[in-house]
Amino acid sequence: MPDLLIELFSEEIPARMQARAAEDLKGLVTNGLVEAGLTYSGAAAFATPRRLALSVEGLSGASKAVREERKGPATTAPDQAVEGFLRSTGLTRDQLEVREAGKGQAYFAVIEKPGRAAAEIIAEVLEQTIRTFPWPKSMRWGAGSLRWVRPLHSIICILTDEAGATVVPLEIDGISAGNTTRGHRFLSKGDIKVSGFEDYEAKLKKAHVILRADERAETIWHDATNQAFASGLEVVEDKGLLAEVSGLVEWPVVLSGKIGEAFLGLPPEVLQTSMKEHQKFFSVRNPRSGRIEGFVTVANTETADHGETILKGNQKVLSARLSDARFFYENDLRVAKAGMGDWLDGLANVTFHNKLGSQRDRIARIAALAREIAPKVGADPAQAEEAASIAKADLRSAMVGEFPELQGVMGRYYALAAGRAPEVADAARDHYSPLGPSDDVPTAPASVAVALADKLDTLTGFWAIDEKPTGSKDPFALRRAALGVIRLVLGNGLRMSLGGAWHDHRETVASNAQGGAMADIADLLSFFHDRLKVFLRDEGIRHDVIDACLAMPGSDDLTLLVKRARALSGFMGTEDGENLIQGYKRANNILTQAEEKDGVEYSYGADVKFAEGDEEKALFAALDRAEAEIAPAMKAEDFGAAMAAMAALRAPIDAFFTAVQVNSDNQVVRRNRLNLLSRIRSICLSVADLNRIEG
Amino acid sequence: MADKPRSFQEIILRLQAYWASKGCAVLQPYDMEVGAGTFHPATTLRSLGNKSWAAAYVQPSRRPTDGRYGENPNRLQHYYQYQVLIKPSPPDLQDLYLGSLAAIGIDASLHDIRFVEDDWESPTLGAWGLGWEVWCDGMEVSQFTYFQQVGGHDCKPVSGELTYGLERLAMYVLGIDHVMDMPFNDPQSPIPLKYGDIFRQTEEEYSRHNFDGATTEMLLRHFEDAEAECSRLLDMPADDPKTGKRIILAHPAYDQCIKASHLFNLLDARGVISVTERQAYIGRVRALAKKCADAFVMTDAGASV
Repeated sequence: MPDLLIELFSEEIPARMQARAAEDLKGLVTNGLVEAGLTYSGAAAFATPRRLALSVEGLSGASKAVREERKGPATTAPDQAVEGFLRSTGLTRDQLEVREAGKGQAYFAVIEKPGRAAAEIIAEVLEQTIRTFPWPKSMRWGAGSLRWVRPLHSIICILTDEAGATVVPLEIDGISAGNTTRGHRFLSKGDIKVSGFEDYEAKLKKAHVILRADERAETIWHDATNQAFASGLEVVEDKGLLAEVSGLVEWPVVLSGKIGEAFLGLPPEVLQTSMKEHQKFFSVRNPRSGRIEGFVTVANTETADHGETILKGNQKVLSARLSDARFFYENDLRVAKAGMGDWLDGLANVTFHNKLGSQRDRIARIAALAREIAPKVGADPAQAEEAASIAKADLRSAMVGEFPELQGVMGRYYALAAGRAPEVADAARDHYSPLGPSDDVPTAPASVAVALADKLDTLTGFWAIDEKPTGSKDPFALRRAALGVIRLVLGNGLRMSLGGAWHDHRETVASNAQGGAMADIADLLSFFHDRLKVFLRDEGIRHDVIDACLAMPGSDDLTLLVKRARALSGFMGTEDGENLIQGYKRANNILTQAEEKDGVEYSYGADVKFAEGDEEKALFAALDRAEAEIAPAMKAEDFGAAMAAMAALRAPIDAFFTAVQVNSDNQVVRRNRLNLLSRIRSICLSVADLNRIEG
Repeated sequence: MADKPRSFQEIILRLQAYWASKGCAVLQPYDMEVGAGTFHPATTLRSLGNKSWAAAYVQPSRRPTDGRYGENPNRLQHYYQYQVLIKPSPPDLQDLYLGSLAAIGIDASLHDIRFVEDDWESPTLGAWGLGWEVWCDGMEVSQFTYFQQVGGHDCKPVSGELTYGLERLAMYVLGIDHVMDMPFNDPQSPIPLKYGDIFRQTEEEYSRHNFDGATTEMLLRHFEDAEAECSRLLDMPADDPKTGKRIILAHPAYDQCIKASHLFNLLDARGVISVTERQAYIGRVRALAKKCADAFVMTDAGASV
C-alpha cells in the first residue's frame, strides 16, 4: 500500500484562501482517486504562503479490473438500435455476444476494464484538479494558458512504498512533476529532495518552513503571549488576525514593540484598528489600565540582529500611521467640540441612494421616526430624536473616512466631545446593532429607538422605490435590517405594531423618494414574516406553527406573535397537543362536510339537554370549563395557560368521538352535535388557526 | 552586496542600472501629466498584443488631491514612480525584483520582505491584475502585478508590472522621516540639494492651485474637448490619403485620454464632483481608454500575430 505526496509550489498564495484551498485539494484529489477505483486509508492537506500539500496514506497500488455485462437490443431489432448500442458501449458488432434472452435472442456486450496502476490514475486526477481548481480568483502568467492563484512553479507527486519513492510521471503546461521543493525564500538555499511525507515535513522544517498552519498559529500565539506576559501585559485575542498572519509566514518570528507615548491618548479602538488593518499587528494591553500600550508583529524571517532592524522599521511605519490617525482624531475633535455642524451640513452632499435623497434627508426621517417610536420603547422622545439626529455625523469625520469599520465607535467619542448626554453618545455607537445574528442587541432605550428607526426607515425606503431583495441578491442588506428589527423587538420584549410605526413614516419617505411612491405595508409585513420564520426555525419552531399564529389578529406585533408561536410550538410538542389537533381536525372535517351538504352554518345553540351519553355530556362540561379558562388567559396574553386549558379538551373529545356517532338519525340530536363540534372549533381557533397546522 | 545609497537620485540611478543590466529598455518619463506610471503608453498600450516587451522608467506622477502644501512627511501631489514592465512575465520575476531591492541596499538577510495579497484594479483604465504589495519591515515598498486585462482586452501574454513609490522607498532606505529633508543629490556634493529645496515651493503652489486656484469651468471644458478629440481621432479612417499608409491614431488619441484623466483628478481636487458624478466621470475616461486599446491592437505594435 503506497503513500502519495503532492505539493503544488507557487508564488505567494493570499492568506485568506489557503485553508480552503488545502481542503479543496484534498477533496478533489481523494474523490478523483476513489471514483477511479482506488482506495486509501487516510488523507491530510496543508498550506503555507507558497505551497499546497497533500498526503494520502495507504493508497491501493492499482484499481481492480472491472467486468460489466450489458444487455442490448434483440437480434431482430433494426440496425439503428444495434448501432446505438455499439456507440454506447464502444464495441464493434463482432465483439457482441448473442444469447438467449426470454422471448428470443439478444445482443450482449461484455465490457472488460482492466485494472489501472495508481500512478496513471493519480496523474490524471491531479492534472484535472489543477486545471479546474476552484480558486476564488485565478490568473494566467507569462505566455502560458494555465490558471492558478499565482504563478505555479513546481509540482511534487511521488508514490512511496517499501522499495522507495517513485515520481508519478505528469506534465502540465511545461511543469513536470518531480520530487524536489524549496524551503524558506530567504533562509534556505537550493532544491530539497524528498522521499515521502514524513521526510518532506521534517526537511521543510530544517529549511525553515513550518508546514502546518495550526502549528504556525500556536507558535505565534505562544510566543506573543509569553513576550507580553514578561512585560506584565496581555495580547488582545483576535482569532481572525491570527489565522491571517499564520498564512503570511512560513517561519514565524514574533517581535514585540511599544506604542509611542504620543499616541497612547488615541481611543483603543483606533489603535487596534489602525494596527490591525494597516500592519496586521496584534494589540497588547495593559491589564491594569485597560489601555493598548504595545504591539506584536510577526516577521517571516530570522536575522543576525534578532529582528532589531525589522522591529525598528515596523515601529517607524506604525508611528507614521498613528501620526495620521492622531491628526485625524485631533481635527475631528475640533469639529466635534464645535457641535459637529460641519459634518451634519456635509451629509447633505452625500447621497444615501439616488432615489432616496441625501444622508441628511435620511437622518431627518430617522430622527422623526425615533421620536415617534420612543414612548413604545421607554425612551424620552426628545432624547431619541436628538440621538438620531447626530448618530451618523461621524460618517463625515476623517477617522471614519480612513477606517469605515469605526463608524459609530467614533460617533460616540465625538458626541461626548460635543457635550452630548452619555445616552445620546451610546446611541451613536449602538444604533447599527445588531449586525450579525450573534451580535448583542442594544437595550438602552434611546439606542433601541434609534436602532429601530434606522432599520425601519431603510426598509420603508427601499420598499417605496421597489428595490427589494431577490433570490441571493440583497445589495442593501435589507434581510439583515429586518432581522435586526426582529431581534431588537424580541430581545427587548417591545410591544408595538409595525404597521402602525410604518403608517405615518411611509408618507415621510414618499415625500423624499423619487417618484413619491408609498411602501406597500402588507408586502413589507409579509417580508418580515418570512424573516421571522427563518429566525424561529433556528429555535425549532415550524413554519406552519408560525402560519397558524400569523392568521390571528395583531400579527404585526412581533412580541405577541412570537409568544403565541412559542406557546403553540410547545403545546404541539406534547402528546395532548398533538392529539388535540387531530381531534380538532376531525371535528372540523365532520362539521365542514355537514355544513356543505346542508348549506347552513352550525355555529350556535348546542344544548346539553339534547346530549345523550355520558361522553357527550362530559364534553359539554369540558367545553364550558375550557371556555371559562381560555377567555381570560387570552385576554392576559397568557397563551401557555390558554393552551393548557385547550389540552384538557383532548380526553373528552377523544372519548366523545369513540362513543358517539355525530350523524344520528334523529335530526335534532344531529344538529345539536354539529353545533357542539362548532364550539370545539371556535374555542380552538380562538388560540391559533389550527387549520394551518400540517399533518 | 552594494553599500548603502546616499541620496534619492542614487537610488534612481541604481534602479536604472539594475534593470538595464537585466535587459530592460530604459525609457524616459512620458511628457504628460499622469496619475501613475501605469498611464505611460509604454505600460498601458504595450501590455496589449503579443509582442515581447521589457521597459523600465521613472514617471513623475500627479495626484492633485494628495497635496499637503509640502507639510506632510510623506504625502505629495507630485511624486515619482519607478515602473518596470516585462512581457511575457518571466518565471523568475520575483527573484529579479528582490535583486533590485538588494541593488538599492535592502539586505534580505536583515529585513523582513513579504508578498501580501493585493489585487490591482484601475477603473479608469478598465484594467486589472493579481499580485501583491511588497512589504519591507511592515512598509509597502512596491506593487507587483500580473496584468490580466487592460482597456477591456485580455492580456495574452501576461505582463509583469513592478511599481516602486520612489520617495517612500528612498526615505526608508536612507532613514529619513520627512520627505523634504531627503538628500536629492549626494550630501557631499559642492551644492547639496534636499528634496525640499527642489519641491517644497512647488508643493505649496500646486496644492493651492489644485484645491483653490484652477478654474473649474475651464477644466470642465477641457475635459469635454479631450473626450471629443479622443473619439474624433479614433474615428478617422485608418488609410492616410497623404502618404497612402495605414496610420491609426492610437497614441495621439491616448494622449487625450490621459489628459481627460488628469483633468478629472483636478476637478476632483477642486471638490466640484459629487459622489454620484464621480462614477460617471470615471466611466467616461474608461470608455476612452477602451477605445484607445481597441485601436492600438489594430496597429503593428499592438497586434497579436
